[in-house]
Amino acid sequence: MIIYGLALLSVSFILGQWIGELLGKLLGINANVGGVGFSMLILMVLKEVFERKGWWKGDLVLGIDFWNKMYIPVVIAMAASLNVKSAISSGNLALLVGIIPVFFGFAFFPVLLKNFKQ
Amino acid sequence: MEELLKVIDKNGLIVGFLCVGILSLFSHWVSKNLLKSKIPGSAIAIFLGLVLGYLGGFFTGGTKGISDIEIFKGIGFLGGSMFRDFAIVATALGASYLLVKRSGFLGMLSLVIGILIFFTSGVLIAFAWGIRDPVSLCTIGAGACTYIVGPVTGAALGASSEVIALSIGAGLVKTIAVTIFTPLFAKKIGLDSPGSAMAFGGIMGTSSGVAAGLAATDPKLVPYGAVTATFYTGLGCLICPSLFYLILELIFV
Repeated sequence: MIIYGLALLSVSFILGQWIGELLGKLLGINANVGGVGFSMLILMVLKEVFERKGWWKGDLVLGIDFWNKMYIPVVIAMAASLNVKSAISSGNLALLVGIIPVFFGFAFFPVLLKNFKQ
Repeated sequence: MEELLKVIDKNGLIVGFLCVGILSLFSHWVSKNLLKSKIPGSAIAIFLGLVLGYLGGFFTGGTKGISDIEIFKGIGFLGGSMFRDFAIVATALGASYLLVKRSGFLGMLSLVIGILIFFTSGVLIAFAWGIRDPVSLCTIGAGACTYIVGPVTGAALGASSEVIALSIGAGLVKTIAVTIFTPLFAKKIGLDSPGSAMAFGGIMGTSSGVAAGLAATDPKLVPYGAVTATFYTGLGCLICPSLFYLILELIFV
């Protein structure tokens, strides 16, 4: 049943977001700390368990795979509903602070990989 | 015509599916026929999405891009945080838990280094611009991290609303810059494996930008980048208004 997969994805999502909220509260900040990351880890662990039990097959996987493949369309919709106008017109300082550090990030990335790659 | 508008108005999300579908079809056609597949169709589609976002703001003066135009409001729902996060979690389907665990240390390390790079360079640029008070410097540096860390930090420190708006603007520019530059630089910087994608998510942090940039580079890398990037905003909200602010205060007061 396709809904089993969807429900599995949903339970991972809700639990992960909950952990993120709790962690945020625990740290005393008004933000969700890694909710999506925890959700992903939960889903990966559930996948391992289900594969071992032989339940990871057929329609169940399709229910999750649909949203996996919907990812790029959702990102396109997200890009189209960003406040691009205000980002571009929020002044030269915002443009500089938004762009220059990104280049530092790109420049530093190979250094990090070189020094810490297993 | 009135009837059609009524149907469109009542079924926003479905209209969103249709619009994104048409945009994707067009983008893949452009990629294949005009650009000889040198730039992936999804990268073009995401870029065109940004252009639509700009046009939406231009014509309506609103804050939600194209979805501020009434008939396109479903695009905003489809691209909103609920569906975005749900779809990102679903990409974990293609990720291997073992690979994530093996690169976990590199991912966490890159998170800390990433926040340091963006905060420090943001503060330095604002300083060079002539800003001297630690609250504004800290808020702008936080805005260089993500468009959420900026206002959270600004609110916590009591920054002026102009500075908070500026920090949101900087964070948005960063998201767009990462989206556009990731597919262009990916090969050059060695962004080609699950481990490197996890480190990349940690360095860049903006989950929307990392996710969109990796989607345009190689969709297989998306879950690995996303799994670390999602911790960035939380970590930034934690250390920017506390530790980093204390350090700035020591320097500037």
